[in-house]
Amino acid sequence: MAKKVAYSAILVALAMIFSYVEVLIPFHFGIPGIKLGLANLVVVIALYLLKPSQAFSISVVRIVLVAFLFGSMPSMIYSLAGGVLSFTVMLLLKKSKGFSMMGISIAGGVSHNVGQLLVAAIVVENMSVFYYMPVLLVAGLITGMLIGIVAKKVCRHLRVAID
Amino acid sequence: MFKKKDVTLIIAVLILAGLIAAFLRIYSGETGETVRIMIDGNEYGSYPLGEDSVIEIGNAFGYNRIVIENGEVFMQEADCPDQYCVEHKAISKTNETIVCLPHKLVVELHVQNREDDFDSIAQ
Repeated sequence: MAKKVAYSAILVALAMIFSYVEVLIPFHFGIPGIKLGLANLVVVIALYLLKPSQAFSISVVRIVLVAFLFGSMPSMIYSLAGGVLSFTVMLLLKKSKGFSMMGISIAGGVSHNVGQLLVAAIVVENMSVFYYMPVLLVAGLITGMLIGIVAKKVCRHLRVAID
Repeated sequence: MFKKKDVTLIIAVLILAGLIAAFLRIYSGETGETVRIMIDGNEYGSYPLGEDSVIEIGNAFGYNRIVIENGEVFMQEADCPDQYCVEHKAISKTNETIVCLPHKLVVELHVQNREDDFDSIAQ
């Protein structure tokens, strides 16, 4: 139990640092709102190393804490929508088997963007934001792939350390 | 590195993105005639795209200055935290929008005569 809590706490802290550091990394598509999603790296790894419930709480706690520290109420709602949707999709795909970490991470990146866009459409009560959908789909694909590559490499080493 | 299902997923996402992009391109994309400003889902006002003008909006959400110039419309200034709307390029087509999310403001373009046709049919 104590070990579980310790791992969760370390991963939440790491995800928070990633959210903060991400702003410093120049990674621009020329479209507003596209980020690398470094914090998702932690969620993907947690999904593979820990129980789904633990991974989920790491994701939610990270979002809430980051919003309180650096963001605002609206930014928390966007992040939560993206975070919860992407977690659900990643968990379902992982359970369904046949996807590698790469596929899971890509699905997470894409669904994260879709979730945020859905909330944006509801907030402005206008369907025209869906104009961004194609760009955001491809962006999620690319960022998901990058995160997947790193997650795979990190996980191999972490598994040894945890056992 | 990739499994079979991963590749299927990647192709599916690319096809979906392509289809939506193609749909948006076919569906609309003509030069707009009227600039319509929506705030919180309600229409704030409509302005002709052909006439140069400056629209200043100050309300509970914040301040925005929208400029219509040379058949294009853009957000010149806004006091929102992210400034995405100000960075957005000028728009002139009916499928383009400028969104200022923190202020719940959307700038859209419409073609006038479509609605006139409806009116003449109704008469």
